Amino acid sequence: MFTAVTTFLLIVAGALVTSNEAGLSVPDWPTSFGSMYRLPAMVGGIKYEHSHRMIAEFLGLLTIAIAVWTMRADRRPWLKKLAWGALATIIVQGILGGITVLKFLPPLVSTAHAIVGQTFFCIAVAIAVFTGQKWVSQAPQQVQEYSPSLRTLTLLSLAVLYVQLFLGGMFRHKGMDWQPHVLNAMLVVVVLTWTAVVALIRYPRMEAIRRPAILILALEFVQVGLGFLALITKVMLGKDAPQPTLDMVSSTVAHTAVGALLLASTAVLAIQAWRHLAAANMQAMRAGDATVAA
Amino acid sequence: MKHIVRILCILLLILDVLTVTMVAGAQAKKAVSGAAAGPSFSGTVKFEGKAPAPRKIDMSGDPACKGQNEAENIVSENGGLGNVFVYVKDGLNGKSFPAPKTPVTIDQNGCRYLPHVAGVMAGQPVKFNNSDAAMHNVHPRPHNNPDWNESQQPKGDPIVKTFGNPDVMIPIVCNQHPWMKMFLNVVNNPYYAVSSKDGKFSLKGLPPGTYTIAAVHEKLGEQTIKVTIGDKGATGDFTFKAQ
Repeated sequence: MFTAVTTFLLIVAGALVTSNEAGLSVPDWPTSFGSMYRLPAMVGGIKYEHSHRMIAEFLGLLTIAIAVWTMRADRRPWLKKLAWGALATIIVQGILGGITVLKFLPPLVSTAHAIVGQTFFCIAVAIAVFTGQKWVSQAPQQVQEYSPSLRTLTLLSLAVLYVQLFLGGMFRHKGMDWQPHVLNAMLVVVVLTWTAVVALIRYPRMEAIRRPAILILALEFVQVGLGFLALITKVMLGKDAPQPTLDMVSSTVAHTAVGALLLASTAVLAIQAWRHLAAANMQAMRAGDATVAA
Repeated sequence: MKHIVRILCILLLILDVLTVTMVAGAQAKKAVSGAAAGPSFSGTVKFEGKAPAPRKIDMSGDPACKGQNEAENIVSENGGLGNVFVYVKDGLNGKSFPAPKTPVTIDQNGCRYLPHVAGVMAGQPVKFNNSDAAMHNVHPRPHNNPDWNESQQPKGDPIVKTFGNPDVMIPIVCNQHPWMKMFLNVVNNPYYAVSSKDGKFSLKGLPPGTYTIAAVHEKLGEQTIKVTIGDKGATGDFTFKAQ
């Protein structure tokens, strides 16, 4: 859970870098002004970029610790693979961050950095779920699915959210206009609402399903509002702004942060749906849990 | 004794002739450069409409920045428009001009680039100074030249660079101070100018001929006019409208 919270802070720090246009305030990488350890004067854009780098380094260490701990203390092979996958993901993420600095923020690379960052957040949240008390102590329920299955809907939700993340990232990093992001937002609202409502109507008594579904609806509502706010402050009012203003920065950072929470909540709903509603496919995972419980 | 006087007179005469020749040569040389500075194309970049009020900028993010706190997108006085880059875009028929070795100097002072708009010939050095007590990073975002980004210590050594290809309105930013922005214009001829606050400009030394003259503003875009320059030069105006 601590790793997931740190990842969320890192996403906020990264969003602050982009919103304050500070991505290139430290021109070198992996060093900062030629040093790996010396703290530069934390002023102007440097305070955003260097803070982002320091939190990222800390998260890298945490991820190594999780991978080693999982190898030694957990008996579930798939969780060990996931922990090492998390480590591989954060290494890729660090390299993408370096490339985007050294290549002067190409939109595709910066967007990939945003997407992989939020994917790592989902992995960190998933590991927190998998190592939580409830996951280990509660056996999967074998509940009958209906068509369209919630499992399918959660995957569809993740797909439209990733498209949205790509479009938002490309707009934010000046590789695309804002209209595709806003158009796809309508599709995201429809698919996520459909998924969450189906989850709540069909499985109102399953806490593992109900809680992320409610969270998705609440976050979706907030996210649409923040999206409008970001559009107004950044695109309309801030078109000729000589520098990022507080309203532009706060709305865009909040929009990015809530977007990450929405993606992670959807990932959790998908995980729980596949655990509790897909009994036939969960034999291996249950077996692994039984081993841990033993 | 008479011989000595004669010799001295002859020597003085020779010296006198040499002096006259040297002065005449210098004047002739001056005349050549004067010819190079000969006819000019001058005029005014006019601005129609109301210029937006200067927008405040907040420099509190870096205590070392203590300059003016207003943005400088549109500068207009007496109906003229400043910071417009005016240059010969076409009509020189492939003539090549050697790039001056003297650098064009850009200063970072008060956490802003000075001047806000500058011109330079392709291959001519550009020297970036930092007069501030703040660290900066100089980051041009060219269209036809390689991108680069270098940090510069407070009052640090100058960064000297050249831009090899013509490239108009290159934004140069400082990512440490996002309000810092200037525009560098790289052209392959020496006939360019940046309009003053009242819109006045002059392209000096243009040989007689017919040219396309372009005026480019960072926000208001580009306008071109076709002019024919005679022995006495020519005048012409541009008019940009408020958007």
